[in-house]
Amino acid sequence: MPFTTTKSAFWKGFRDSAPFILVSGPFGLLFGVLAAEAGLIVPEAFAFSMAVFAGSAQFTALQLMQENAPVFIVLISALAVNLRVAMYSASLTPYLGSAPLWQRALAAYLTVDQAYALSIVQFENKPKMTVPQRMAYFFGTNGLVAPVWMIATITGVLVGSQIPASWGLDFVLPLAFLAMIGPMLRTPAHLAACFAAIVTALFAVVLPYNLGLIVAGLVGMMVGAQVEFWLEQRKTKAEVPQ
Amino acid sequence: MTTIDPTILWTVIIGLAIGSFGLRFAFIGLMANRTMPAWLMRHLRYTAVAIIPALVAPLVAWPTPTGGVTSLPHLLAAGVTLAVGLLSKNVLAAMAGGGATLFGLLYLFG
Repeated sequence: MPFTTTKSAFWKGFRDSAPFILVSGPFGLLFGVLAAEAGLIVPEAFAFSMAVFAGSAQFTALQLMQENAPVFIVLISALAVNLRVAMYSASLTPYLGSAPLWQRALAAYLTVDQAYALSIVQFENKPKMTVPQRMAYFFGTNGLVAPVWMIATITGVLVGSQIPASWGLDFVLPLAFLAMIGPMLRTPAHLAACFAAIVTALFAVVLPYNLGLIVAGLVGMMVGAQVEFWLEQRKTKAEVPQ
Repeated sequence: MTTIDPTILWTVIIGLAIGSFGLRFAFIGLMANRTMPAWLMRHLRYTAVAIIPALVAPLVAWPTPTGGVTSLPHLLAAGVTLAVGLLSKNVLAAMAGGGATLFGLLYLFG
């Protein structure tokens, strides 16, 4: 079905994103609860979610600040976790790159997992969409998710400040991270990267300033990239006719 | 529970806001139609699957709630969370599975 207006493209994105509020709602709530446990108050947690708008980076920063890690380690680690949005940005550029600067700046701020995932599929399947229609669709995918994320954060802080420390929520954050990892491990290279990072991290805890995290992350990345390279080479070799 | 120093907190919030926006704006805003070298893209694909496990591994091996003593309920809960996530590809199902395992085991044996 071709889009007749940019407005209908916006609402298509809006509707397509609806299932994702089931993810961003609970995760925003969880971020709020854990932020409250870490001593953050509503304006602080809200500013965090509003300004950064990147779930996994926010969880990472929160965890490391609680471990009293140095500020530059907190920043490097959280940004590293969020490096994938740079890839999203690169991958969306051919479709949205010719839009006005203010729209691209707004789109950059709103580049999150679900907006990217929905949009790239839409753009690939509907090559005839105009740039304004694509932009409208992209903004539509955030029409629900962004407000839900902010409201859930605030609700979470209010709920979290009522929860006594004795409930033992300290381990919920590690579990939340583990829950995010599982669905990301789609290829042997992902598994190799993950495994290498875990082993290195366990040995590298002896390093000062939480540097072990950076070292383990780099080792994991190199192992993942190398395995991907090997697998590709093997595939190319196998495809060469005898 | 440690309280986070407000100066550190706001430095991190502002730093991350600028940094995250920079990452997102880098290509769509500035690079226009240039492409990144293949080796760099290949490494970038593995940042999240490397950094997040590296962050979690020590927290699972030496959990904060036990004061850093390795504990079976925490290890099992972590294993269940990862396994459910891997098999179901569903973040919320993984969370629920791990949470139920942890609180179930702590209730039974804690």
